[in-house]
Amino acid sequence: MQYALMIYTRPGDDEALPDAERAAVQAEYAALGDDARYESVAQLQPAETATSVRVVGGRTLMTDGPFADTKEVLGGFCLLDAADLDEAIELAARIPAARLGGAVEIRPVVRR
Amino acid sequence: MLDDVFRDEWARVLASLVGFLGDFDRAEDAAQEAFTIAAERWPVSGMPDNPGAWLVTTARNRAIDRIRRDRTLTQKIQLLPAPEAAGDEVDDTVIKDDRLELIFTCCHPALPLDGQVALTLRALGGLETADIARAFLVSEETMKRRLTRAKTKIKATGIPFAVPGPQLIPERLDAVLAVIYLIYNEGYSGRVDLGAEAIRLGRVLASLMPDQPEVHGLLALMVIHHARRRARFSGEDLVLLDDQDRSLWDPHQIAEGRAMLDRAIELGGRGPYVVQAAIASLQTRRRIDWPQVARLYRRLVDLTGSPVVELNHAVAVAQAGDPAAALRAVDRLDLDGYVYLHSTRGELLRRLGRHDQAREAYRRALELATSTPERRFLSRRLEQL
Repeated sequence: MQYALMIYTRPGDDEALPDAERAAVQAEYAALGDDARYESVAQLQPAETATSVRVVGGRTLMTDGPFADTKEVLGGFCLLDAADLDEAIELAARIPAARLGGAVEIRPVVRR
Repeated sequence: MLDDVFRDEWARVLASLVGFLGDFDRAEDAAQEAFTIAAERWPVSGMPDNPGAWLVTTARNRAIDRIRRDRTLTQKIQLLPAPEAAGDEVDDTVIKDDRLELIFTCCHPALPLDGQVALTLRALGGLETADIARAFLVSEETMKRRLTRAKTKIKATGIPFAVPGPQLIPERLDAVLAVIYLIYNEGYSGRVDLGAEAIRLGRVLASLMPDQPEVHGLLALMVIHHARRRARFSGEDLVLLDDQDRSLWDPHQIAEGRAMLDRAIELGGRGPYVVQAAIASLQTRRRIDWPQVARLYRRLVDLTGSPVVELNHAVAVAQAGDPAAALRAVDRLDLDGYVYLHSTRGELLRRLGRHDQAREAYRRALELATSTPERRFLSRRLEQL
């Protein structure tokens, strides 16, 4: 089955880490894609760079910032292929954000 | 008679069908159909030699027939193996027991807890949706939705129909035991005998995982508590352990529970359920060794970190002869909204002769108590002061 993992982090948490640890975490993220079960991995620029777009009455409206105003922000996402939810959970649990105060949301992808 | 066979076979048949069809709803429909046919035929033509195999084979054949009929609508159905037998011919081979897979699927932590509980009672316990609804005091419609949501999530998210690997077992088994214990504890309030139901589930689990000490520990705990159930109430009134009429206890169940506890300890069990069973067992002795009970509660505090267990520890310390130390421990707890904190304080203060403060504590407990027997009990205590 194909799953999407959405990685939520708390902005600033990363900077709070000592340099060596931050480098180790970044290396962990960079290495995610080495696992063949990951189909794609994307790390996002910080939430301050977000633009939310709506089309109302034919006009394109833009707001500065992410769609949902929450403490945790979407920091990245992955698509992966796993046998079942347990395998997806196992992979999600290895993502650093999951143990660093953030959370990883797992959603099955609609089959086409 | 037929009812007993049905209840015993339901989980086995359903488990086998979920494994075969890979779909909870289809499996349930097919099982239901096979049981209906059996209910019509068996009283007339007699029960087959192997009722379980008959039910599984019949249900499989019906499911395959139905899938064939629905084929145009169900192109998405997973590849099905070719049917081995047509019609109702019964395959006499031994049906593999898939109940453990079913238990772990129903108690998967990705499901909401109320869904895990409902699904376990429906799938493993073979209870009707209406009975589960009555037990939890919700409408049948609400319970049906709860079950549907859980089944939908299993299918949509790919929750596996499997026993987890060895590294996952401790964590996942905890979830299963928590569901069974929750069902057990519900047993004291509802109308359906969920206590007996939880014990049935515990027995099935113990037979399927005979080497897991905590499974035997939980079963022992439930059986020993259950043995005392008739003494817990006198009419509408709650009766505390000290005042219980021991002739109402079931000595066979107590002996059985102790044997289960011995088995758990033999297997090296030192976990929270084993410790709680050991406490329950000590409390059925004619002379209760309170210092030992206190030591076991201390261990349980270390295992769980729970302030409620700390409160129980304090009670054991008081029973062992030191109500002043118990009161100091209780006053350190951050459990202000908990009725038993205040009733315990009331009792300790009464024993220490501080009656005004005791009354105050009982009044606070009364404000927080919700059930009628509890309120009656507390009012009586207050009057006696």
